[in-house]
Amino acid sequence: MFTVLLAIGILVALALVFGAILGYANVRFHVEGDPIVDQIDAILPQTQCGQCGHPGCRPYAEAISNGEAINRCPPGGQATVQALADLLDVEAIPLEGGEAEEPVKKVAVIREDECIGCTKCIQACPIDAILGAAKQMHTVISDECTGCDLCVEPCPVDCIDMVEVGVTSRTWSWDKPQGVGVQSAQIIATDRQTEVLH
Amino acid sequence: MQSPQIFSFHGGIHPPENKVQSLQLPLGKPSLPKELVLPLGQHIGQASRPLVEVGAHVKKGQAIAINNGFLSSFLHAPTSGTIQAIESRPVAHPSGLSDICIILTPDNADEWTELEPLNDWQSVSKTDVLAFLAEKGIIGMGGAGFPTHVKLQGAHKHPLTHFIINAAECEPYITADDMLIREKTLELILGIEILQHLVEADNVVIGIEDNKPTAIAALQQIIRERQSSIQVAVVPTKYPSGGEKQLIKLLTDKEVPSGQYPADIGILCQNVGTCVSVYEAIQFGRPLISRFTTLTGDALKAPQNVEVLLGTPIDHLLDYADIEDNKLSRLVMGGPMMGFTLDSANVPVVKTTNCVLAATKKELPPPNPEQACIRCGMCEQACPASLLPQQLLWFSKSQEHEKAEHYNLFDCIECGACSYVCPSSIPLVQYYRHTKAEIRDAREAAVKSDIAKQRFEARKARHEAEAAEKEAKRLARQGAAKPAAKKPAKPAPEKAAAAAAPVADDAAKKAKVDLAITKAKLKKLEKALLEAQEKEHTEEISALQLQVDAVKKDIADLEAKVAAAPAPAASKPAAPALSDEAKKAKVDVALASTKLKKAQKQLAEDPDNQELKDKVAGFAADLKAAEEKFDKLGGNAKAAPAATARPALSDEAKKAKVDVALASTKLKKAQKQLAEDPDNAEIKAKVEGFEKDLKEAEARFAKLDSAPAAATPAAKPAMSDEYKKAKVDVALASTKLKKVQKQLTEDPDNAELKAKAADFEKSLKEAEARLAGLDTAPAAQATPAAKPAMSDEYKKAKVDVALASTKLKKLQKQLAEDEQNSELQGKVVEFEKNLKDAEARLAALEAPTAAPVANSAPADNAAPAVDEDALRKLKIDAAIAKAAVKKAEKALAKAVELGSDDQDSLEQQVSKAKARAEELEQALQNGGQVANKPAEANSNGSGDAEFKERLKKQKVAAALAKAQVNKLKRQLDADPSAESLQQELSAAEQKQQEEEAKLEQLTNTQENR
Repeated sequence: MFTVLLAIGILVALALVFGAILGYANVRFHVEGDPIVDQIDAILPQTQCGQCGHPGCRPYAEAISNGEAINRCPPGGQATVQALADLLDVEAIPLEGGEAEEPVKKVAVIREDECIGCTKCIQACPIDAILGAAKQMHTVISDECTGCDLCVEPCPVDCIDMVEVGVTSRTWSWDKPQGVGVQSAQIIATDRQTEVLH
Repeated sequence: MQSPQIFSFHGGIHPPENKVQSLQLPLGKPSLPKELVLPLGQHIGQASRPLVEVGAHVKKGQAIAINNGFLSSFLHAPTSGTIQAIESRPVAHPSGLSDICIILTPDNADEWTELEPLNDWQSVSKTDVLAFLAEKGIIGMGGAGFPTHVKLQGAHKHPLTHFIINAAECEPYITADDMLIREKTLELILGIEILQHLVEADNVVIGIEDNKPTAIAALQQIIRERQSSIQVAVVPTKYPSGGEKQLIKLLTDKEVPSGQYPADIGILCQNVGTCVSVYEAIQFGRPLISRFTTLTGDALKAPQNVEVLLGTPIDHLLDYADIEDNKLSRLVMGGPMMGFTLDSANVPVVKTTNCVLAATKKELPPPNPEQACIRCGMCEQACPASLLPQQLLWFSKSQEHEKAEHYNLFDCIECGACSYVCPSSIPLVQYYRHTKAEIRDAREAAVKSDIAKQRFEARKARHEAEAAEKEAKRLARQGAAKPAAKKPAKPAPEKAAAAAAPVADDAAKKAKVDLAITKAKLKKLEKALLEAQEKEHTEEISALQLQVDAVKKDIADLEAKVAAAPAPAASKPAAPALSDEAKKAKVDVALASTKLKKAQKQLAEDPDNQELKDKVAGFAADLKAAEEKFDKLGGNAKAAPAATARPALSDEAKKAKVDVALASTKLKKAQKQLAEDPDNAEIKAKVEGFEKDLKEAEARFAKLDSAPAAATPAAKPAMSDEYKKAKVDVALASTKLKKVQKQLTEDPDNAELKAKAADFEKSLKEAEARLAGLDTAPAAQATPAAKPAMSDEYKKAKVDVALASTKLKKLQKQLAEDEQNSELQGKVVEFEKNLKDAEARLAALEAPTAAPVANSAPADNAAPAVDEDALRKLKIDAAIAKAAVKKAEKALAKAVELGSDDQDSLEQQVSKAKARAEELEQALQNGGQVANKPAEANSNGSGDAEFKERLKKQKVAAALAKAQVNKLKRQLDADPSAESLQQELSAAEQKQQEEEAKLEQLTNTQENR
């Protein structure tokens, strides 16, 4: 009988000790959970283009956290939808508007000879990436441009083009191999296959 | 000398070496090519910046490009000659893309620039030596092209235990380093000694594979001769022992931790080629302008090593080594394991080109198709970096980038050993390279989006701050203006509003906003229609008509909504109406006080002006009345309608202005109706009536303006201004009339309305008469009159009128809704009286104020000012018209896309809009010329500035024309069959040419000056 009581007593004592430790740890090492809006906002491409119907990416992130569809971000493309689906643990749905193709990276370019200096594009740019003053030529800071398209519409002389960001030898990257059953360059283990012109 | 201990690294392969072929012939020296192509980005990091201009003559060894930032390098002319171009050329890059290159045409003199060696390298500071090396364009010649001075700088941060010279040259076929060691043994050892002085390592070891016995013997001999402490470590031949990390493991048994550099564990590696070029730079001041390159492969009859000038095209080298074109199947730069296929032989040799492999089909057969992974694990056995290639393959295939990174994908040196051994012929390294690039892109995108976010948020914050500031200013102004009015006013309207149904109020507001928007749309359309009618473009008219009808219907709906919204509330006691009135009263008070303030300000500036004094007194009275009314509203709601009358009087001017705007809309409507139904006699009669009214209004305006006109002989520009005003007045009057008539049709028995209509007609007629008077007068008025000021009071009075009429209109609407309301009717009558008063006041003000202003104005300056104003307006109009064109075109494009039926009408609309835009441009141009003429004539001193202005304007015009041509071309591309488009295009092009010709003319004139 004593053995049984002793066992129970020890167990109770252990339970109390561990409970106290856990309770203390819970208070001491409390981690403020990363709010979901921030996480969603981090996934969105931050073009601030408003194509989702919200004035900027963060408002859309807030809307998503409140249950809006996750497929309204054309600049992010299907990859963003997928990332959001993974984050929110919902089903990935096709991009709204049914565009399957991946978005092409573009930047706005002002044809500077034709610019009349109306400042309308400057006001439209959500990230202040257009430089200029009234009656002075404007220009786009192409490193900052997110390609959101918002400056094209307000231009009264239609002198803004969305130009694809071309691949240079510094931004070029290797293609993904085609997969099983397709020939690919192998003897030069790392090579791609091309014809030689000489 | 004892040889150091050799360790081993995991994995590795033993591909056929194929090194003997290129060692059969001695070192070759190809002749100068016809041109040298020097890419600006031969190293890792930022591309260099050119220092020379096209056409410049450079000497051998002269710097032609300077480093562009920290991680960058210099570039030097490999021979003397002329810079032929700086342009984009295909470069040796796996992508086959082009890059900016400096093209040098040799003059065959091969004349050196003056070289300055660094003979005292042992005494000057190490930083100076590093800077000297940077200026000589020395970069790592092993393959990566890392700028040497940066690497040495990094090594300074840690005490070095080992300084390793990489002479392993493990890749098959390549013998360039072997040949270099044989040819320049002493230079190599001296270079190593210089570097040893710079890095101060405990041990200096040359790592060399045992398949280079000649080179090893030469090295050992020289070391023995010099009694140097440099050790030669002969390592067994195994690919990839020449990899930096692998060689370190072989010689020191240390592993470079993941994500770190060898310098972090006290080791520095340098290629033999780098050591030699360091020696040549310091000893002779010779920059890096040539290198040893292996030309090999079965397609070459004479495979050999050559010392080649940088920038030499591969073509030239292949010819030198007797290429057999029919045998060549693949041209590879670098070795067969880590090199890449070249798309063309027209690319230059760069600082990192160690081998050109012209392979036959037998040598490098096309690879087998990829098969499924059989999990044999051979790749793991071969991997020299001890990674799990199979695992990385899965993650790469499924794009699980995080997991791939977790499995140390970035430690992969892309040596290709795994692919070499894979029995399923999986191009593993290609997968890794792709995934690496994807991860890097994602990182870059994350950085960029962070920046975008920051900028967006900064902009938002700025806008909010601006808005807050504005609001604060507004509040401050308001607070100063009516401290008395605010207190009693506040509780009453609030209570009233609370009593009224807030929901209904909200809906009404929304509906009203919608209505306003739709009305604005209608206005625009009607304007277009009017123009179409003037030019008798029947097709356009019908198209526009349809649109106008639709919008009208919308407006009717919205009006019904607006009417419905307040209705339930109105049928209850008088609460909502009351609150409305209270609101109005509040506005009145605010307006009155504002006006008073302004008048007082003016008075302060001009204390002797009796008129102003009178006005201030009048405004003060108005304000008092308005305040009184407010009090009354607060206390007794039902007394409100009567009370509103007083303050309304004070606000005549503003209200009148608003009224004017509304009236013009009405006029447009009637004209539209006529267009819709040209046979309708009734409408015709109405239009005739309107025209008459218009004349009347014009007459009225003439009367109003006659005072100033008579006082001073008015100038033409001022004249035109007046004329414009008169026209606007006429339009407004007729619009008003139309509205009343509409109401009248709704409520034919309303005698009051009838009376009003008659009134309006009369005013319209007056305005028209005035307009007619102005029309005939211009010639008589010779001197430029200073109308522009037109005095503030006058403007204010006008605003009052506008406000009064707005109120009136509102009441009339209410009346229309609730005809039996006698109270409302009474109010309407009162308002009308107020309006008339306001108008009378306006007229009174106009006469006296205009006179003094006109008298005092120095005639000469006024004209250009007025003209410029008009010009600016024209410009804005033109820009807007352009925008309209654009929008219409967009709509058209959409319609075409959708195959919609109303393409025709849209097309007509587009051409219509275009016509307008062109017209405006023409006017603008004319205006610009007219404006500039007097200025030129008057002032020779300011002539230049004027001319420049004109030039600018012409430029703008040309730009607009060009934009149109572009647009049309685009459209035409979309729809090449449209003949009308083609015609338009040709017309636009002609116009553009005209504009450009004009521009040129102007430019020429400027140059002549």
